[in-house]
Amino acid sequence: MRYYDEETLSELLRTLPAPPQAWVEAAQEIPLARRGLDDIVERAREDQAFRTALIADLETALEGAGYETSPALAEAVRARLSL
Amino acid sequence: MLAHVVESDAQLVSRCRAGDEDAWRELVERFSRYVYAIAVQAYRMPESDAEDVFQEVFARAYVNLPKLRNDSAIRPWLAQMTRRLCLDTIRAGAREQAEELPEPVGADDAIANLDEALYVHDALATLPDNCREILDRFFARDESYRNIGDALDIPPGTIASRISRCLVKLKTELEDEGRKSVSAESGG
Repeated sequence: MRYYDEETLSELLRTLPAPPQAWVEAAQEIPLARRGLDDIVERAREDQAFRTALIADLETALEGAGYETSPALAEAVRARLSL
Repeated sequence: MLAHVVESDAQLVSRCRAGDEDAWRELVERFSRYVYAIAVQAYRMPESDAEDVFQEVFARAYVNLPKLRNDSAIRPWLAQMTRRLCLDTIRAGAREQAEELPEPVGADDAIANLDEALYVHDALATLPDNCREILDRFFARDESYRNIGDALDIPPGTIASRISRCLVKLKTELEDEGRKSVSAESGG
């Protein structure tokens, strides 16, 4: 069994500083982003006009359809739809 | 993981698998410091690269969580993924500069130290709110007495003694947990 003195505890608490809050929030929103991705992929499979628009200009088509785009989302859409 | 007050890692992972988005938020919160510390301390990554690694670790974890065989192994799984992504990033940078870079010396020791720090940090989560807040602000967030006093509405002159008392509580919590572990291991 390990015994900790207060100095060691202080050092160990300092060892894990918090990352920037924005990083944590972005990671916490991954499920939301994934859900948006699933919607886009499903729609592109069912709606040929939307798929054609994505192939022509992916970012513009996504924005036109009301999605908030990001490089990561665009890359994921390309990968899922093999564009 | 300290199991008697805080939800265990395995329970948290189980809720994530079931699609509970609050559980995912909690999982990110629980391991964010650990992943961050591996990148910036064990692998000494600059913040911009560390951010890419950090986001990629959690993105992959989210996608691959259903493949995790042992829910209680989430911490070493995340550590391994973070290490691999840090090395990939370092090697990609080295290729651009036509350099050969080995894994940083001491990465294993640094991660072992982070494992212990995470254990202590988990124990912190079992303390009363006032202790958890003051210790986290002072040690992990490096806030001044003045900032802590303003944020928690307590006189700055009392902060040092409160920190000391809370460290004693944390020490007691860890010793209690250690005794329970020893007792459980010996079948008592």
